[in-house]
Amino acid sequence: MKKLFLLGLLILAGATTYAGGYRVSLQGQRGLAMGHTGVAVVNNAELAFFNPAGLVFLEDKINVAVGVSAVFSDVVYQNDEFGQMSRTDSPVGTPFYAYFSYKLSDKFSLGLAAYTPYGSSVKWDKDWAGSHLVNDIELAAIYVQALASYKITDNLSVGGGPIYVSGSVNFNRNLNRTLTDLEGERANVTVDASGVSAFGWSAGAMWSPVDSLRIGVNYRSEILVEAEGGEADFENIPNSPLTPFSDTQFDATLPLPAELTVGASYQLNDQWLFAFDYNRTFWGVYESLDVDFANPNIPDSSNPREYEDSSIYRFGLQYTANETFTLRAGYYFDESPVQSGYFAPETPRNDSNNFTGGLTVNVSDRVAIDAAFLYSRFKEIDESYDYYVEGTPPNEVAVPFKGTYKSSAFIPGLGVTIKI
Amino acid sequence: MTTMKNYFKYVAILALGIVSCEPELENAIEDGEVYSNGSADFSNYVAIGNSLTAGYADGALYISGQENSFPNILASKFAAVQETDGFTQPLVNDNFGGLLLGGNQIVDTRFVLAVGANGPRPARYRGASPTTEITNKLTGSFNNMGVPGAKSYHLVAPGYGNVAGVPVGTANPYFARFSSADNATVLGDALAQEPTFFTLWIGNNDVLGYASSGGTGEYQLGNTDFTSYGENDITDPTAFSMVYGQIAGALAQSAEGVLLTIPDVTLSPYFTTVPNNALVLDAATAGQLTGYFQAVAGVFAGGLMAQGVPAEQAQALASQYAITFNEGPNRFLIDVPATQTNPLGFRQMTQEELLLLTIDQGALAGGYGSVQFTQAVGEVVAILQAGGTPTAEQAQILFGGVSGIDDKDALDSEELLYIRQATNLFNDAIAANAETLGLGLVEIDAVLNQLNTQGIPFDGGIITSDFVTGGAFSLDGVHLTPRGYAVVANEIIAEINATYEASVPKADVGAYGTVTLSQDVQ
Repeated sequence: MKKLFLLGLLILAGATTYAGGYRVSLQGQRGLAMGHTGVAVVNNAELAFFNPAGLVFLEDKINVAVGVSAVFSDVVYQNDEFGQMSRTDSPVGTPFYAYFSYKLSDKFSLGLAAYTPYGSSVKWDKDWAGSHLVNDIELAAIYVQALASYKITDNLSVGGGPIYVSGSVNFNRNLNRTLTDLEGERANVTVDASGVSAFGWSAGAMWSPVDSLRIGVNYRSEILVEAEGGEADFENIPNSPLTPFSDTQFDATLPLPAELTVGASYQLNDQWLFAFDYNRTFWGVYESLDVDFANPNIPDSSNPREYEDSSIYRFGLQYTANETFTLRAGYYFDESPVQSGYFAPETPRNDSNNFTGGLTVNVSDRVAIDAAFLYSRFKEIDESYDYYVEGTPPNEVAVPFKGTYKSSAFIPGLGVTIKI
Repeated sequence: MTTMKNYFKYVAILALGIVSCEPELENAIEDGEVYSNGSADFSNYVAIGNSLTAGYADGALYISGQENSFPNILASKFAAVQETDGFTQPLVNDNFGGLLLGGNQIVDTRFVLAVGANGPRPARYRGASPTTEITNKLTGSFNNMGVPGAKSYHLVAPGYGNVAGVPVGTANPYFARFSSADNATVLGDALAQEPTFFTLWIGNNDVLGYASSGGTGEYQLGNTDFTSYGENDITDPTAFSMVYGQIAGALAQSAEGVLLTIPDVTLSPYFTTVPNNALVLDAATAGQLTGYFQAVAGVFAGGLMAQGVPAEQAQALASQYAITFNEGPNRFLIDVPATQTNPLGFRQMTQEELLLLTIDQGALAGGYGSVQFTQAVGEVVAILQAGGTPTAEQAQILFGGVSGIDDKDALDSEELLYIRQATNLFNDAIAANAETLGLGLVEIDAVLNQLNTQGIPFDGGIITSDFVTGGAFSLDGVHLTPRGYAVVANEIIAEINATYEASVPKADVGAYGTVTLSQDVQ
């Protein structure tokens, strides 16, 4: 009974989540406050992301939702065997969204969306114990999407549209565990690529079998961001023909996996709305991070990742207190796509429990302020990355990088909803 | 509106509360929840010793070497176990190595691995000049009291840190940089810091100078007067035992610690890299050499008989010079003092005898260690082949073709015996002190033996004492690499954990580097 009470309290406290891998589930403060549910919730222009099929159900002619979150995320690493410890000092990430929809007719709406569903920002102490795997990384992908939403019948609609992605990556790591120049400075490489374009699409459907129940499905396609001719900058390389590393260009592909969401929402009465979403993220596409250097003297870098498809279970709750206030809470369980033995410190994520909460304040009939926060709770975990290799063929030796990790993330966010 | 303000206030408070909540591990090193110092107290660790304690490597002392000294590695692990006062080292001024005295260079720069026409080889770094001026005295005390070049008795010698004594050889340029006073001793400066824990690794130079000079010094057996010793002499083991007991006893009065034995220096790459059978011959050259030495033996026997020595006796004495060479590797010849039993003063090396790393490889290729076939030698050989008898003068020319390896380039069996005997006696004294004083004892000689045989495995492979490639020894062939020093640190940690019931974490050996590459050697 006590446990049940605690669980209830936690859910009421509200929470939302920060997903595994480099997926960042922060695509709308209203959805986020309800555990980042929304595939079957008709609330505001956030539908452009959650399920464009629902845009046509928005009552007003023009709907706008914009917002930004501040990601405070840190990881602590420790290795008891060697007395090593390190803490990330990651910069505050600021994923954002901006959605717009315009109702052309009762049956047809158009929309425009910009959002940042993938990204990562991790900064370890320079030359820390795992610096041969990563010193720091910044991944960002901005999605821009044109949308159409069409009502087939009064209780069934479809929607979708093409996505343009602009991606960037900046990744620094030491070349290996020991190489230094004469001054003892560690040899390292930074790969940098930005403005990398790619295309994809998303599509969804929404059905309302009875007035109080909505069911939604949404699919966003896989997008491969192929960086070609990015810059590779080698530093602190000893002056020796044995270490032929000089600045060059590189090619690499980073997959932004497809995501399928199905969910339902139930309007209990004027006050209470319940929502449930299930996400399946098709991380299996991320098998290896391969960096192909243009200079033939520089060995290409192959880094097995072997992510697996993963699921997220989201629960949300909305309470409309009065005309001014709407309160929300949520919870989700986020399964990490990272498998045991592939725990690389650039995205050190294990399964997480996520708690969200937030509220909307209707400032006027047309303008509302949406606030939300997400607290991600990760269990402490002993893990390793087993695919770092030293030596040259045929005398290669795998050198696992092991330790105890614990992550945490706290993400407050603010948004504005406008309807005209 | 008041209600709304309140809502925002609560959200803000909640937000700030969680933001300040960094991830914390259940048993965090930073909170002192993982390790135990047992019955030892690492709060003020002082290391006393020589170059091996200082972090000397690649024939020089330089900053990154000092940062990877075994005491500094140890101190970083101690700091994970308990609060410490930190660990200070008398860092030199650069990563080039070398010392200046009054602006004049008195110590050479470090070795780096440079790729030349014959592949990678160690060479002195020439990309910059040394900047460490020993008259620029460092202030303060230093936890790392490792003084390159120090022998056991130097640690208690007043004036060893007096810069005025450096040019005349009574003081040490490294200690002169950071001694507390001109008449200070290394031991006194160490004790003044009131260490709570110490390591003592001294005695290597009491035998190393002799060994690395090819045994040109003397074994001072029975002579306890240090002041009469030369730089390349072996310290008398009895005298060593006395001075060692004095040092260890003083340190142990108020601190716990670990004593380290000294390795058999002849197992280091300085002595094991150049094989004594690197005289690789084809069949024709081997035959030519064999013929030459048969000629030498014949002529020598003839000469003796001409002086009235009975034929049997003359041939018996001369037969030692009829050395046979075979196709493939052959052992070199070394010069030995001429005696009645070996009047010509040369012989072939025995299997156990060693050549030094510093031997001139070009000279070896040119006949050093075998025969230098000058034109004059060739002419004498031709006379012999024609059945003629050489004159006494021609016989001397013939004998003069023999080019045995000099004493300074090799350790012969007698020298090896002295080195090993002294080393064993030093180590007996060290072990006895550990026993009496109740201190930890690390038998580094056993570790070096292991490096020299099957090697020591680590997560990235196996560390051996092979020169350049083995990972344990730096490019001077005697001192260790950072990885080698990490191995030493781990041995000490294992001993500390056993002796003092502590749980100090190990060093991650594979994360420590080996040799440094550079082409700036011209």
